[in-house]
Amino acid sequence: MTIMIMATRLPTSVRQHLAALRALLVLTVLVGIIYPLVVAGIGQLVFPSQANGSLVTKDGKVVGSSLLGQAFVDAKGNPLPQWFQPRPSVASDPSNNADPGYNPLFSGASNKGPSNTDLIKQINDRRTAIAAFDGVRPADVPADAVTASASGLDPDISPAYADEQVNRVATTRNLDPVRVRALVADHTKGRVLGILGEPRVNVVELNLALDQLSNPR
Amino acid sequence: MSDTVAGYLQAAVLVLALALSYRPLGDYMAHVFTSEKHLRGERFLYRLIGVDPDADQRWPIYARSMLAFSAVSVLFLYAFQRLQNHLVLSLGFGPVSPDQSFNTAASFITNTNWQSYSGESTMGHLVQMAGLAVQNFASAAVGIAVVIALVRGFARAQTDRVGNFWVDLIRGCLRLLLPIAFVFALVLMAGGLVENFSSPHDVTTLAGAHQSITGGPVASQEVIKELGTNGGGFYNANSAHPFENANPFTNLVEIYLLLVIAFALPRTFGKMIGDNRQGYAIVGVMAIVWAASVSAISFFESGKWSAAAIASGGALEGKEVRFGIPGSALFASSTTLTSTGAVNSAHDSLSPFGGGIALFDMMLGEIAPGGVGSGLYGILVLAVVTVFVAGLMVGRTPEYLNKKIQAREIKLVSLYILTTPALALIGTAIAIALPGERAAIANPGPHGLSEVLYAFTSTANNNGSAFAGLNVNTVWYDTALGLVMLLSRFVPMLFVLGLAGSFAQQKPTPASVGTLPTYRPLFMVMLLGVLLIVVGLTYFPAQALGPIAEGLS
Repeated sequence: MTIMIMATRLPTSVRQHLAALRALLVLTVLVGIIYPLVVAGIGQLVFPSQANGSLVTKDGKVVGSSLLGQAFVDAKGNPLPQWFQPRPSVASDPSNNADPGYNPLFSGASNKGPSNTDLIKQINDRRTAIAAFDGVRPADVPADAVTASASGLDPDISPAYADEQVNRVATTRNLDPVRVRALVADHTKGRVLGILGEPRVNVVELNLALDQLSNPR
Repeated sequence: MSDTVAGYLQAAVLVLALALSYRPLGDYMAHVFTSEKHLRGERFLYRLIGVDPDADQRWPIYARSMLAFSAVSVLFLYAFQRLQNHLVLSLGFGPVSPDQSFNTAASFITNTNWQSYSGESTMGHLVQMAGLAVQNFASAAVGIAVVIALVRGFARAQTDRVGNFWVDLIRGCLRLLLPIAFVFALVLMAGGLVENFSSPHDVTTLAGAHQSITGGPVASQEVIKELGTNGGGFYNANSAHPFENANPFTNLVEIYLLLVIAFALPRTFGKMIGDNRQGYAIVGVMAIVWAASVSAISFFESGKWSAAAIASGGALEGKEVRFGIPGSALFASSTTLTSTGAVNSAHDSLSPFGGGIALFDMMLGEIAPGGVGSGLYGILVLAVVTVFVAGLMVGRTPEYLNKKIQAREIKLVSLYILTTPALALIGTAIAIALPGERAAIANPGPHGLSEVLYAFTSTANNNGSAFAGLNVNTVWYDTALGLVMLLSRFVPMLFVLGLAGSFAQQKPTPASVGTLPTYRPLFMVMLLGVLLIVVGLTYFPAQALGPIAEGLS
């Protein structure tokens, strides 16, 4: 091999570093390029829906992903009563005060410590606002409704928080609360295999199904 | 079913899966690293690289090969980030800043995967897959190579040879990590992870607003990020991001992946030294510490142990509904005990004691089960200390696995044990002493100290998780933490390889009646004791000023 003959004339340390560089390049090609391309190829063929982000459509148009939560607010950032509301989100563009969160370009958590007085105040303020919005007692607002998720993109809420919102959504949309409650029940997922994770309601899927019952406005 | 019972059963499923993997995976790894035969494709690669795969190396040569590979990798990854704007699939991102490129290169080469950047707004797809993810494979294989060299030191006698680094590196990547990664990449994709090369594209949401749907080769990177105990997220939110961790099923798979190699390596160790009982003793100690940590974090997170949990009615700040508290606690414990550092919840928002245990997990030195490779060599170093202490008690020369523990070995072991705490604690002290660096703290009171302590403990133990409130993307933190990562990875590795060489040269000492049997429960209890005393005495003052002060106030 010409490479090896040439290499033996060089000092050991130089030879080692050249071998290191070639090893790195070999690995880059194998596990850095070929491997992800093969996985992506199989993904696009076998699991196209998942591999492309579990997109959901309405009237043939993509309206988001069932895995990424969405904000349901007006231009001023106030929650819209005709939609089930997701959890608070801090995934927003820091340079845009009007960004209501659920921005996948800025995923992340509040990172506020468990004794941080700002956080406690924020939780209490959210509790008051949500209780008034949904017409329930502040003490009944569940924990997931007043806390920001880790990703800022959490698509789910607890069944308790979904249940709390049924009357408000039904009244705004002139629907029978019984029908809306049944829709929530249909969209409540239990634990996987009965033991993994937590029971949850996907807000994007629920609101999409709600639109099939009655279009807002 | 009650929440608690479901949480226990979820952990039980995980333990069962790990237990079932112990023997087959451990035996397979022993085969991979002891087999004399090279596959045809491998021979071709060795020719391409220009190394002789049959040359058994002395430990200094092994160490120099390892350092050469790592040094070249740091430079390559640094240049890759600095030049990303000239490459395809850059998504329009500019070059990463010099200090952040250095920090990230050091971070991924050392298997730390500390991230001062946010993936979706900094790194293009090509840098992620052909730069960062390659090191997810390579740095994991380097860790495994070093522990295999140490185990060879125990297994061999009267030789100065500890193996061939290039062979260990290539086999670790291609025979071990790649096949498992490939299979589980498909599993995770089926579970909902994305794998494409698209740029963020805009959609109109149900409420008529706009949202950018991001893309990327996520599944292929996620799987090796966990399997290689790396932990660097494709996106800023890491394994909390629904595209990285879509549901409770993918969550459990990811926790399994980040534990499985480290928990199976004791079997490889037992097999290679010809005494499987020694492997069971080591894995037993690892499992006890892991179970204790999982129980403790679950306990503190499921109760109302913080002002935030009392105000909100449950510790859900920084947690995802689909994982809930049990799925988040299981992840938090496993990721901080394995040097993975991936997170599916915001550790900064864990309850004071919960976060304190995550911190303590890392302070243990990442040995239960620890990072791939580094976990096993970490606990074997402590096993040497344990037999030394036991030997002192009865006044005879201690031996471990028929190898005498003498002055040279004890010096290497002591230096190994001192390196990490020195880096973590001195680093924290300097950062706290500097007013500019103090200003990067995000939360008031003792929690602020915990943030800095967590940053230095995480990098000094090559973990990479963070109390992410601290603003670490400054020239000072990028540089200081980058240096801490490099020193805390490679300095201890040199001590371990020195130890490997020193054990390999010895003649085996036959066991006598005075030899401490290192496969019995007595030894396991002593090892646990040594572990807790070494760590407790080193870190207790710092823990007391941070998490403990916050938890008691």
